[in-house]
Amino acid sequence: MSTNELTLTPGNALDVAKGKLVVAPTQSLGVVRRPVNTTGWREWLFTVDHKKLGIMYGTVAFVFFIVGGVEALFIRLQLALPDGRILSADKYNQMFTMHATTMIFLFAMPMAAAFANYFLPLQIGARDVAFPRLNALSFWLFLTGGLILNASWFLGGAADGGWFMYAPNSGPVFSPTNGVDFWILGLQIAGIASLIGSINLIVTVLNMRAPGMTLMKMPVFTWMILVVQFLLVFSLPVITVALVLLMFQRSYGATFFDVSQGADPLLWQHLFWIFGHPEVYVLILPAFGIISEVLPTFSRKPLFGYPFVVFSGASIGLVGFGVWAHHMFASGLGPVSVAVFSMATMAIAIPTGVKIFNWLLTMWGGKIWYSAAMKFAIGLVILFTIGGLSGVTHAVAPSDTQQTDTYYIVAHFHYVLFGGMVFGLFSGFYYWWPKVFGKMLNEKLGSWNFWFMVIGMNLTFGPMHILGLQGQPRRMYVWTEARAGEGFFNLGFWNMVSSIGSFILAVGVLFFIINVIKTTRNPERAPLDPWDARTLEWITTSPPKVHNFDRIPVVHHLDEFFHRKYEEDEATHTMKQVATGEELVRAEEAAADADIHMPGPSYWPLLLSIGVGILGMGVIYGTPIMVVGALVVLFSSYGWVLEPSVPDAIDFDTPSTDGHTKEITPVG
Amino acid sequence: MADIATHDTDHATDHGHHSSTGLSNNKLAMWLFLGSECLLFGGLISTYMLYRGRVQNGPHPSQIYDIPFTSVSSFVLLMSSLTMVLAVSSAHRKDDSKTNLWLLITGLLGATFVGGQVYEFTTFYREGLGFTTSLFSSSFYSLTGFHGVHVSVGVIMLMSLMGIIKKGKITGDKAEVVELIGLYWHFVDVVWIIIFTLVYLIPS
Amino acid sequence: MTTVTETHEDTQEHGMSDAGYIKIAVILALITALEVSTYYVDFGPLFMPALLIMMVVKFVMVVSYFMHLKFDSKIFSFLFYTGLGLAIFVYCTFLATFKFFIA
Repeated sequence: MSTNELTLTPGNALDVAKGKLVVAPTQSLGVVRRPVNTTGWREWLFTVDHKKLGIMYGTVAFVFFIVGGVEALFIRLQLALPDGRILSADKYNQMFTMHATTMIFLFAMPMAAAFANYFLPLQIGARDVAFPRLNALSFWLFLTGGLILNASWFLGGAADGGWFMYAPNSGPVFSPTNGVDFWILGLQIAGIASLIGSINLIVTVLNMRAPGMTLMKMPVFTWMILVVQFLLVFSLPVITVALVLLMFQRSYGATFFDVSQGADPLLWQHLFWIFGHPEVYVLILPAFGIISEVLPTFSRKPLFGYPFVVFSGASIGLVGFGVWAHHMFASGLGPVSVAVFSMATMAIAIPTGVKIFNWLLTMWGGKIWYSAAMKFAIGLVILFTIGGLSGVTHAVAPSDTQQTDTYYIVAHFHYVLFGGMVFGLFSGFYYWWPKVFGKMLNEKLGSWNFWFMVIGMNLTFGPMHILGLQGQPRRMYVWTEARAGEGFFNLGFWNMVSSIGSFILAVGVLFFIINVIKTTRNPERAPLDPWDARTLEWITTSPPKVHNFDRIPVVHHLDEFFHRKYEEDEATHTMKQVATGEELVRAEEAAADADIHMPGPSYWPLLLSIGVGILGMGVIYGTPIMVVGALVVLFSSYGWVLEPSVPDAIDFDTPSTDGHTKEITPVG
Repeated sequence: MADIATHDTDHATDHGHHSSTGLSNNKLAMWLFLGSECLLFGGLISTYMLYRGRVQNGPHPSQIYDIPFTSVSSFVLLMSSLTMVLAVSSAHRKDDSKTNLWLLITGLLGATFVGGQVYEFTTFYREGLGFTTSLFSSSFYSLTGFHGVHVSVGVIMLMSLMGIIKKGKITGDKAEVVELIGLYWHFVDVVWIIIFTLVYLIPS
Repeated sequence: MTTVTETHEDTQEHGMSDAGYIKIAVILALITALEVSTYYVDFGPLFMPALLIMMVVKFVMVVSYFMHLKFDSKIFSFLFYTGLGLAIFVYCTFLATFKFFIA
C-alpha cells in the first residue's frame, strides 16, 4: 500500500463534519499539491477507495447496459417485419457490432469489476486492494475507452465489422471509415484497464487476506473473480497483438491481413479467439460466483461441494485456453484441427456440469426463500443449462457446420450470456444492494422485474433456435416474405415473437430502474444482515465504513460470518443462533484497531487516463495530437511516481476510539 | 509504465500489516506482468514465424540480415543484464554510488543496443525493406520494434531511477525498486535471446 | 566490484555473489558465441536442435539466476511459468494449425 496514506489514529484533533472525512494538507514535496477534498464531486473524481470505484464502475456499466439494450431493440425492430426499413444495411452492421461490443466490454466486464471491486476486499477481510491508485486508473481508463468507442457514432459512424471484427474485412479496403479505428482504440484502452485491474486483484487475493483465511476458506465469489483475473492477465495480451496488427494495417499501411500480399485470412481469427474464448469465461464466472453466494444463503444450507465448485472453476479457466478454434470450425482449418478442438470443447462441459450439480444439491433439502435475488439465481441455473446444452451441440463439429453463422448460435450465446451472466448480475444487485446503499430493493418490484425478464428473455431468444435451424443467417439486416419459408411458423412468425419478447424484456429492465428510483427515495434503512448471510462482507455497517472493518477479522472457518452467528448445539446437533449480525458488528466496533491506514486520493489516475485518451485520438487525427497525449502521459507518470507522501497528522476518528462508540453517518 | 511507485512501501512492512504470503505486493505484480508479456511477445513472434517467408516484394531475410552486427548488439544487451544484476546487488548492499554506477552502465549498454537497432533498421530501409514492403517486413519491424520500444522504456526507467536515487526520493525499500526494474530489464533481455535465435539465426 | 565476504544469509536471500553472476555471464557469452558459430560452421542435422537448446538454456539461466527465480518463492515461478507455458502451448497450437511444423 502506498505511503500516500491517511493515518487514522485515535485522539487526533478531528474535523468530522457529519461523518465526512476532512483532511488538512501540511506540505507537498512533489509536482502538485495532493488533492484533499473528501466531499463533493472531487471526492469521486480523485478517490482511490475500492467501494466508491465499485459504485462508479457499476453506474457507468449500467448506463452502457441501457445503451447496448437500445441498440438491441433497434435490431429487433428492424427484424420484426419483412422488408424492415428502420435501419439501412450499413446502420444495421454498426448496430449489431456496437450492441455486442458495448454489452461485452462496456457493460458485462465493468459490472463484474464493480462487484469485484466492492466486495472482494470485504470478503477477504481487507481494507482496500493492493494498489489503490492503479485501481482508480483502471476505472478512468475504462471510461475513456468507452467514451472513445461510442464517440464513433458522432464522428463518422461506428465500427461495422461485428464484435469479432474479422480481418481482412475490417481492413482499410473494406472498412474505410474511422469506425473500426475507434473500436480498436476504445478496446485497446479498456483492455489496458482490465489488465492492470487483473494484476491488482490477483495480488490483493494472494497477499491481503485476513489472518486465518487460507485460499480454501475464501468465498466462492472471490475464487471465481481470482480465476477471471488469471484469464484476463493471460488472454488480454493476445487481443492486444491482434488490435496492434490491425491498427498498423489500417493506419500505417502494414500488410498483415492483405491477402494479395500473401497474408493468411485466418491470422486474425486465431489471435482474436485465443483471447475471445477465455473472454466468455471471464463473462460468466463472476455470475457463477455471485450465485454461489446467493443459493446457499437463500437455501439456508452451505454450498454443496465447495472444493469441487472451486476446482471446476479453475479447470474451466485453464481448459478455456485450449478450445478457441471451435469458433472457426467452418473456416477451413482442416479435419485434424477441427477434431482436436471439438474434443477439447466437449471436455469443458464437464466442469460446468459439476457446478450445476453442486448448485442443485445445495438447494436440495434446503429451506428455500424465494427472494428476488434467489429467483434470479435459480433462473441462471436453468437458463444457463439450456444455453450450455445448445453449446454442447456446437461442440460436435459436424452439427456445428450447419449451425454456425445462423441464429442458432445467437440463441446459444444469449441464453448463456443473458440467462446466465445478466441474471447472475441481477441476483447480485438484489442480494448486495442493502450492503452497498443501506436500503433494500423492493421485493415486489423485484418479482415483476424477474418475471418480465424471464418471460421476455425466453420469448426473445427461444425462437432463435428455431430460426437458426430454419436457416436464418446471422448479421442479416432484412428478411423478405419470399424467403420466409412456408407455413405459419416460419421466419416471419418467429422473428415477430422474438421482437415482441425483446420489448417485454425491456419492460423488465424498466421495473428494475423503477425499483432503484423508488428505493433511493425511500428513507427506510436496511438491517445490517437482512438475508442472514454467511460471508465476511456482512460484518460491516451498511454501507461499510470507509475503512471497512474496525478490526481486521481473524478467520477460522469457511463461511466465517455464519459460524460466528451459529454454533452447533451439543444436545440436538442442530445449529443454534448465538449472535446476530448487529451484535457482531458492535463487538468489532468496541475492539477497533488502534491504527488504521487508508490510501489517500490522487489526481494522477484521472490525468493519466486523459493523456492516454488524447494519445489514442492522435492515432486517428494526427501525430501532433499524439505528441500532446504522450506528454500528458509522461507528466502524469512522473507525477504519480513522485507523489508526495501525505503529511502525518491526519485525522479520522474511528467510531470506537477511547472505547466510546460513536454514531457516524457512513461516508457515502 | 513507470509506476514502480517509489513511494509505495511494501505492504508487508507497513505498520504491522502482514501479507498473507510474506511476499512483496510489487514483486508479485511485476512477475504477473512479465507472465502476461510472454503472451504479448509470443503473439508477435508467432506472427513473424508465420510470415517470415512471405516476401512478395523486397528482400528476403537471408538477403538482408547482418548476423555479425546483430551478434555484437545481442552481446551488448546480454552484458547489460550482468551490469543490471550488479546494480541490484549493490542496492542490496545499500551502496548508492555503486548502484548508480551500474545503473548508468546498464542504461548506456541498453541505449547502445537501441542505437544498433536504429542503425539496422535504417540500413534495411535503404536496402529496400520498408515497413509495408512485405508480410516479412511488417512482421519483422513490428516484432523487433516492439522489443526496441520496451528497451527504450527500460532505459528511461533506469535513468529516472538514477535521478530519484540521487535526489533521495525513495522512502521505501530502495533495493526492491532496483530489483523490480531489474526484473523488467532481464525480461527484455530474455525476449531478445528468443528473437535472436528464431528470427536471425534460424534461416527461413 | 566483487564482495570479499559473503554471509550465508546474503547468499540465501539474494541468490549469488557478484563473482557468481560474472560466472553466469561468462557462460552466457560462451553459449552466445557458440550460437553465432552456427552461422559460420555447418552443424548438419544438429543445427536446429542445437540452436533451440542453447536458446532455452540461456533463457532459463537468465530467469533462474539473474532474475533470482531459482532462489525466490515458488509462487513467483508459478505466476511466470504459467504465463510462459500458456504462451508456448497456445502459439505452438496456432502455428500447428497452419501446418508450420510439417517439413
